[in-house]
Amino acid sequence: MHFLNAVFHWFTTASNWEGANGIPELLWQTAKLSIAVVASATIIGGGLGALAGHTGRGSIAAVNAANAARAIPTLALLTLLAIVPSISIRYGGFLAAYLALVVLAIPPILTNTYVGMREVDADVREAASAMGMTGWQVFKRAELPLALPFIGAGIRTSAIEVVATSTLAAYVSYSDLGTYVLSGLASQDNVEAFSGSILVALLAGLVAVVLGRVQRALTPAPLRAGGGAGTSARVRAAV
Amino acid sequence: MLATGRPFFSWSWVQQNWGQIVADLDQHIELTLIAVGIGLVISVPLAVVAWRYRRWRSPVTTATSVLYVIPSLALFVILGPVTGYFTITTAEIALVSYTLLILVRNTLAGLESVPDDAREAARAMGYTPGRSLVRVELPLALPYLFAGIRVATVTVIGLVSVSALIGLGGLGQLFVTGLQGSDDGPFYTPILVGLVLSVVLAAVADLLLVLAERLVVPWSRAGSPGPTRGGRVRTGAAA
Repeated sequence: MHFLNAVFHWFTTASNWEGANGIPELLWQTAKLSIAVVASATIIGGGLGALAGHTGRGSIAAVNAANAARAIPTLALLTLLAIVPSISIRYGGFLAAYLALVVLAIPPILTNTYVGMREVDADVREAASAMGMTGWQVFKRAELPLALPFIGAGIRTSAIEVVATSTLAAYVSYSDLGTYVLSGLASQDNVEAFSGSILVALLAGLVAVVLGRVQRALTPAPLRAGGGAGTSARVRAAV
Repeated sequence: MLATGRPFFSWSWVQQNWGQIVADLDQHIELTLIAVGIGLVISVPLAVVAWRYRRWRSPVTTATSVLYVIPSLALFVILGPVTGYFTITTAEIALVSYTLLILVRNTLAGLESVPDDAREAARAMGYTPGRSLVRVELPLALPYLFAGIRVATVTVIGLVSVSALIGLGGLGQLFVTGLQGSDDGPFYTPILVGLVLSVVLAAVADLLLVLAERLVVPWSRAGSPGPTRGGRVRTGAAA
């Protein structure tokens, strides 16, 4: 009980809400890093996944590369980039954290985009071509809308992982919510570490819920009404 | 690009620290095996309960999803006051909690994939529900379960490194060593050794699981028709 009181006290201390090490500022630093990473990964992973899905070429290479990238521990990339001086000193550790997290964020988006594009019925694709659509129009008007729920699931998975892993960025001197966790651990200030962890967990939960809603909104009504089976297959693809 | 002072890769460092590297690798394997093992022991019964009694399904999937979303480092710290900071118990509870969503979801999908014909045939042959579960449904769910074990194992191998920040971490220790060594000039060697060993370990574990699946589930070999293929390919692709 004493411990939880101390945590409550930490959250209600005014100085923890002000200045460069205050909760709003560090929350913003986590958000800034995460948004930049997920946006970049969506462009790169979504682009490659869509290209492989649309053309059917290079798909084995793309999916295998994405799977191999998953095996790389983010902590390894972070520490490696943090000791390359030309990277680590840029923007207060932002660049090193950004690059390491982008590698983490690409695979779920890439594989889900690819799977989503491949799930599009061949008949739909042929019908679109038969109506005189060019390759680009088939992609934009037929394949992309139908693949959107899968892509949404991939972005959601990525975003949750990125927010969760952004705590590690503090280990290579980027200041965000992870700073509370790691400086708390280092100075044996368990209350600070615990409070920071609660903040990060809440943020990850919030991202999961909000993007879950967005993903549902992106799913065309008929597919949604299709209910459990389709949805669970989609979510399964996301994990 | 690279800092001066120390070579990019030093074989002599590897030779001098060979004992420590092997010990880290050992700990990494041990932490992974325990996590996936305990994860299986918890997940399979949970999935069976959720499959048999529909009203348990939603609580089980929600609880495992919540555990999955909590960042690993945050969970290490949140568990600290209860199970102790810097203990194996803390690390394992966090690691196991990540495997639950993957394993429960895949086991559930496997049980749902069992054709009604198979279940009815078992009943017609006089199998009790319990015997039918052990002899018919669970064996038929194995391809899905193996897909889940593969994803969970690769995920845990990546996550174990993070526990280096609470003093465990297996190969993650090498990343910490590398970053700390950078006080008197960057030290790439330990990080590169840890990175390569992690990726190789994930690849070897995945290969062993594929071989184990072929032994245990000979009918699931590629090329064999069956209702499980679609789902497995999908789960696998997203792995």
